[in-house]
Amino acid sequence: MAADSPVLETRALVKRYGRTTALDGLDLRVDRGEVFALLGANGAGKTTAVKVLLGLTRPTSGNGELLGLPFGDPEARRRVGYLPELFRYQGWLTGGEVLRLHAELAGLAPQRWADEIDTVLATADLRARADDRVSTYSKGMQQRLGLAVAMLGRPEVVVLDEPSTALDPLGRHELRGTIRGLRELGTTVILNSHQLTEVEQVCDRVAIIHLGRLLAVGPLTELLSAGGIRLRASGLGPDAEAELAGAGDGELERDGPWFVIPGATEEQIPGLVEMIVRSGGRVYGVELMHPTLEERFQQLLESA
Amino acid sequence: MGKAGAMACLWTIARLTLREGMRRRLLLALGGLSLVGVLFTAWGYAELPNLPGARGETRLATDQMRLIASQLLILVMFMFSFVLALAAVFAAAPSVAGELESGEMLAVLARPIPRLSILLGKWLALAIVVVVYAVAATALEFGAALLTTGYHPPHPIEASLYVAGEGLVTLALAMALSTRVPPVTAGIVAMLLFGIAWVGGVVGGIGSAFSDPLVGQLGTVTRILLPTDGLWRGAIFSLEPAQMVLAGAAAGPQIAAFPFYASAPPPFVYVAWSVIWVVGMLAIAVVSFERRDL
Repeated sequence: MAADSPVLETRALVKRYGRTTALDGLDLRVDRGEVFALLGANGAGKTTAVKVLLGLTRPTSGNGELLGLPFGDPEARRRVGYLPELFRYQGWLTGGEVLRLHAELAGLAPQRWADEIDTVLATADLRARADDRVSTYSKGMQQRLGLAVAMLGRPEVVVLDEPSTALDPLGRHELRGTIRGLRELGTTVILNSHQLTEVEQVCDRVAIIHLGRLLAVGPLTELLSAGGIRLRASGLGPDAEAELAGAGDGELERDGPWFVIPGATEEQIPGLVEMIVRSGGRVYGVELMHPTLEERFQQLLESA
Repeated sequence: MGKAGAMACLWTIARLTLREGMRRRLLLALGGLSLVGVLFTAWGYAELPNLPGARGETRLATDQMRLIASQLLILVMFMFSFVLALAAVFAAAPSVAGELESGEMLAVLARPIPRLSILLGKWLALAIVVVVYAVAATALEFGAALLTTGYHPPHPIEASLYVAGEGLVTLALAMALSTRVPPVTAGIVAMLLFGIAWVGGVVGGIGSAFSDPLVGQLGTVTRILLPTDGLWRGAIFSLEPAQMVLAGAAAGPQIAAFPFYASAPPPFVYVAWSVIWVVGMLAIAVVSFERRDL
């Protein structure tokens, strides 16, 4: 596989379960070494997309490749680690035994097992509990074990489906550190999430999907930057107000003491502040408005 | 993945399934309770020589006692074959469906292993348990009867194998159902079919006894569709002493209505059909599992 060829490519993927359409012509491209998020509300089709690329579910139509191989190809699966959204490991096995089982199933050479298992146990902070049965683990520990299983054997691609579901704030912080660590190793990470805060700190690119369709893809700052500016100022004359209105792409709105300039961007802030001060006004505060994910969904749906 | 890789995965899953049976104390419970059952029936056999005879004798004649022992043994073996079928269903019904429901299997299926290896690995492990249980339980039961009454069935090995075969048929059925329906449904449907097959055999026997060919054929049809009852008839015949077979033949066609009597062993072609049935059911299970969307 060439270095510049994508790790994942999907073309017009459609998946229907009876009358329900889970994927509706999904096109994706994920490049090597990037942390890529599939962001969308529950039921958007994120988990189905992941299951298709791992060969757990067959697409109704469309196709694509993972690591240059057809979906579900054993060779591709050998090079992928996966943390499912809803999972449970065998409660009657110890954490170490679960990892040994997956080392065996993943086809790792037996002489590598001990080192690889030790590495992921350390990363998941589970070394001290490796000999305890999984049934005695807390939900957060089971989630960390899942992460350890996904990272076992240094796969080229790690697919994490809602990885922070059972984690406390500290666990989420550590998860972000783990994902950054994977990126430093050159591992491609595909992350499913419905939480904006989860993806914004670690992802290089984000695909927003809704009802199985791709609404937008790109760096998150780009996708969410069209929110406008809120500005609190006094002593504005009619000319200054007109100039503020002209900076945005809609009508100037008032929200108590705040002026809301829809569509204005971060780059316009210094010029607008300078203009107000020059005209004799005073500025008390400026905020860049990020739309919520829901608002952005709405905007993207309307523009679609 | 080559054949060697698929076989290695199959064996990994089989070992995992056996380990689960041991860790979850399934094997201990099955073995322990069956041992209690053997001891209990051994005590019953030991009491047989103390029964008074029908013509006022203080003790039963040896021949009579052994005849009663042979009938008791058939009843006890019926219990074991039922327990075995029940255990096979309980173990196989959740083996795929339960693990899919709980999410246990998702991470395993994402690994580079064929679904065929997972399914056959699980079946192999449970089949080992079924065969070992059938052989051990019947051997212990035969031993108990021999020690206490001096009676031993004419074809003990065949009887064990027929009972084991019955378990293997039930196992394949429950496993195939488990690839498509939830564990409870798979278990109930498999047990119902097992029960229907047995009743079908009994009703068919009654049809033969009263010369009703249509009702008689019902037994034949159910035995072909699900070979559990046909194999059980093989176990009965293997357990019957020669005098019982002769007495049955002398009693005329009405004896066919008696559910714990068999006038002949199943023909070879039927045994072959049972093997084909198990292989075919496993093939259906594999295809069904391969095609299942998760």
